[in-house]
Amino acid sequence: MSGAAPVLEVRDVHTAYGLSRVLFGVSIEVHAGECVCLLGRNGVGKTTTMRSIMGLTPPSAGRVLWKGSDITGWAPYRVARAGLGFVPEDRRIFADLTVWENLDVAVRAARGGAGGFSIERVFDLFPKLGELTGRQGGFLSGGEQQMLTIGRTLMGNPELLLLDEPSEGLAPIVVDHLRDQIARLKGDGLTILLAEQNVEFSLALADRVYVLEKGAIRFSGPAARLRADEALRHELLAL
Amino acid sequence: MPAPSFLFAQALSGLTAAMFLFLVASGLSLIFGVLRVLNFAHGSFYMVGAYLAWQIVHWFGRDPASFWWAAVGAAVGVALLGGVVERVLLRHLYGKEELYQLLFTYALVLILSDAAKVLWGTGQLSVSRPPGIAGAFRFLDTTIPYYNLFILLLGPAIALGFWLMLGRTRTGRFIRAAALDREMLGALGVNVSRLYTGVFVLGSFLAGLGGALVTPVKAIVPGMDVEIIVEAFIVVVIGGLGSFWGTFLGAVIYGQVLSFGILVFPRFSIFSVFALMAVVLIIRPWGLLGRPLKT
Repeated sequence: MSGAAPVLEVRDVHTAYGLSRVLFGVSIEVHAGECVCLLGRNGVGKTTTMRSIMGLTPPSAGRVLWKGSDITGWAPYRVARAGLGFVPEDRRIFADLTVWENLDVAVRAARGGAGGFSIERVFDLFPKLGELTGRQGGFLSGGEQQMLTIGRTLMGNPELLLLDEPSEGLAPIVVDHLRDQIARLKGDGLTILLAEQNVEFSLALADRVYVLEKGAIRFSGPAARLRADEALRHELLAL
Repeated sequence: MPAPSFLFAQALSGLTAAMFLFLVASGLSLIFGVLRVLNFAHGSFYMVGAYLAWQIVHWFGRDPASFWWAAVGAAVGVALLGGVVERVLLRHLYGKEELYQLLFTYALVLILSDAAKVLWGTGQLSVSRPPGIAGAFRFLDTTIPYYNLFILLLGPAIALGFWLMLGRTRTGRFIRAAALDREMLGALGVNVSRLYTGVFVLGSFLAGLGGALVTPVKAIVPGMDVEIIVEAFIVVVIGGLGSFWGTFLGAVIYGQVLSFGILVFPRFSIFSVFALMAVVLIIRPWGLLGRPLKT
């Protein structure tokens, strides 16, 4: 890990949906160029952590810092414009809009004027989408929807990609393809925060790992340690 | 059997009424489709449009183009009113129980109706047809005022423009995406709250335009707000709330049923429309071109 300041810093965040509290002091750091993975079972607060960062469910306490400035409680569209791209777990494709239209509504110029992502580049990453430009989002398969939701978020030229359970509900062969494409994005220098239950999938991509349990961080460390130590993996993540 | 020319005249008059209804109902339907707010005050915006048009004609009556200025001015004035209502008041009620929104927009109906009485009195007001197209022509033994022809052309033109805007422009794509998933669109960097204001302003503009354009064919009276909102609700129920072409179809059907219903039940013309609405509600509760609401 470099000595530079993290791009994203989540400090002691507490979040609740109404009266039901989900996060109890979660702290996370993500450095530029890293792929950090939030591991944990269903319902431990992975999605809530993502939603807290995006401002979709603002934290009741704690702070979210993006490149040193406090973005806690910002409206989601401002967080997105600051350079964070959120890919939701349930994909949330605009079902009545075509593939092309889904991508078009998300277009934002790259910060700093660099070319960045274009619809062509998304089709290059996910060639299948290029064959379906005119099809309505609601008529895509699960795998195609997952590609579209990632492609859509990339259209906003994010500097940090928040990927919530991309492998969920997909066939193994589709998951493999998706892993390769995410690795490609990482190789291009995109910073990624990945929430997953699929341990194998995440360990293939992650540099560092946080394990969440009951709304708090139970473990944090290099992914290599979890890859090497099966007993630890079992202790932390066995179902 | 009535004479064909008479039936033709009835059909045309029904169609003219339908175009005004479409202007009002399409805004109501758009606002509901995107903001999920059923705006009872939409009919009041139509009424304010009519009074504003009268006022502007009254001020600039000597100018032959005054009616057109009045129509545009009234529509813009109502659009501004809508913008203020949405920005300052309505937005605090999003995501709350629907009852609050209904109470709020109903309160607005009462306030605007009393304000209109204070400003313009309780008598009938009328506006004459614009001088350029004040005449009429005969077609198939029927006298058709040029103004009605103008309305019959304007309605479909606005429908087409509106439809192209929704289908072909980026703003239209934002509006359709916001109707489907507001939160997701926001997370993609779109300022949805500004988009909501824009949609409310556009819907209000259409209501104001409808109110202003109806003044040469219908007297301006207190109570026209409630009358039109009931009609607009029936139109969107028949066509399908939130469905664009459904609203157009609903307005056309409403106009025809009212126009011919008067021949069958002269004293209960509105009855045929309510009967039609009841039938639609029983067979297709989500309207002819609408779709079932997801809960």
